[in-house]
Amino acid sequence: MQSSRPGPVLLIIATAVALFLLMPLLAVVPVSFTPQRFLSMPTGTLSLRHYQALIDNPAWGQSVLLSLRIGILSSAIATVLATLFGLGIWMFQPRFSALLIGFVLLPLIVPPVVSAMTLYFLMTTLSAFNSYIGYDTWIGVALAHAVMITPFAVVLILVALFQVDRRIDLAARGLGANLTTRAFRIIIPNIKFGIATAALLSFVLSWEEIGVTLFITSVNAITLPRLMWMGLRDNIDPAIAAISVLLIIVTAVILALRIFIERRGTSETK
Amino acid sequence: MGKSATSRTILLLAPLLLFLGLAYVVPFLGVVRWSVTMPEPGLGQYRAVLTDPLVQSVFIRTLRICLIVTAAVLVMAYAIAYVWVRGTSTQRMLAEFCILVPFWISVLTRAFGWLALLSNRGLINTWLQAAGIISEPLALARNEFGVIVGMTHFLIPFAVFPIASAMRAIDERVLLAARGMGASRSRIFWSVFVPLTYGGLIGAALIVFVFALGFFVTPAILGGGRSVMVAELVYLRIFQSPDWGLGAAISVVLVLFIGILLALMRRFIKPAHLVG
Repeated sequence: MQSSRPGPVLLIIATAVALFLLMPLLAVVPVSFTPQRFLSMPTGTLSLRHYQALIDNPAWGQSVLLSLRIGILSSAIATVLATLFGLGIWMFQPRFSALLIGFVLLPLIVPPVVSAMTLYFLMTTLSAFNSYIGYDTWIGVALAHAVMITPFAVVLILVALFQVDRRIDLAARGLGANLTTRAFRIIIPNIKFGIATAALLSFVLSWEEIGVTLFITSVNAITLPRLMWMGLRDNIDPAIAAISVLLIIVTAVILALRIFIERRGTSETK
Repeated sequence: MGKSATSRTILLLAPLLLFLGLAYVVPFLGVVRWSVTMPEPGLGQYRAVLTDPLVQSVFIRTLRICLIVTAAVLVMAYAIAYVWVRGTSTQRMLAEFCILVPFWISVLTRAFGWLALLSNRGLINTWLQAAGIISEPLALARNEFGVIVGMTHFLIPFAVFPIASAMRAIDERVLLAARGMGASRSRIFWSVFVPLTYGGLIGAALIVFVFALGFFVTPAILGGGRSVMVAELVYLRIFQSPDWGLGAAISVVLVLFIGILLALMRRFIKPAHLVG
């Protein structure tokens, strides 16, 4: 529809917005090559010293491994819980569905700082009973992340479920399939790309989580964002720029992967 | 049959409901208890929230920043959402890229990127000084301006999703009818197109405002401790000057405020808009 294409004024504003959105991501790149020990623009010579620092200082590698472990566990918990919940809502359409969905979305809507406080309370309470799950432990962080990311997984899986044609489930039921068969052989295969996307995005959200992590860790469970936070508060460490450049690249790859998964998902359902 | 269906529904729904009940609702009640027992039993902390001049000034600053950020985000999101929905296919792809890439990049990386641009030795000051336009670096970060810029950047994608979905829902024939009756392009845009997206705009404004209220990572980094917002105040009350009761009371007040706001406006919020 030619008449409703964006006009010149709108295009100029939108271009400015697009630049605004990309600018901080691009600005990180030159800073990461500064030869100085403080946040600055490189003038003349470029240096890889801040990338070298990422390798030399074992704290970075350790925090990456810890974040991976936490991300995988919390994403697994979130995906399983969200899939069961989504199946329950879709297959049985219980009364109060909207209320139940609203309830499980709470951690998404409640201000992050309040969730952080709440999980801080949970972790310090758990720590009083055991030393494995609680404040400043990796399983504690994974559980807390699972609380925060499950709502996202629920939304993604519900969106995938509501695109499934109900008649295939009715047909399976009419042919005598029981609940397990319907769930595992009929419905889950139809939403497997939705589940994969939910797992992937849950992982990314846990990998990046900082608000809650700040409240529930101190010296042992130093995740990657937590380590970055420590380098950002007072004297800014340019190593943060180097790690940021790497993270931007990883995110771009994961995003491309997501688009690839979704393309395959849509091409197979066609 | 009816009975077994109910038990099966419960079997599927229960794990998540139990998990969130035990790991989220019960501990939140613990926070509520802190707010009325620390340091001493009573409603003293709520009185402090309502009367303490420091808390008041933080609340007023938070409200001011949130309103400015919400307005800036809506205008910027509307422009890019329009191109994303109604542009040529190349324009659409570019817009999608510019919306989704920042959305999935960590809030820390994004805040750091703004520091790299706005700080005294950052890109903007370095260039302006090299060009001889200024002699002293401009104070762009570690103040309220930096906080507003960083938060606006963070929240644009959250506003784009509901706005774009409202734009997609517009019936093309309505615009054709307006055109057929001789309306100019700008008349169609302002009198027909924009009013049809009010629902999406209100939803976007709510999401942005609520997220901005509870936000503390970006303000903490870009405000540099000088432009404390309410969420950062909670953090400081827990970890720097231990006053858990006040932190808890502020949290409860925030939840009540947002709960009432969302209950009043719930028909404008669609969960699917929150994940892109």
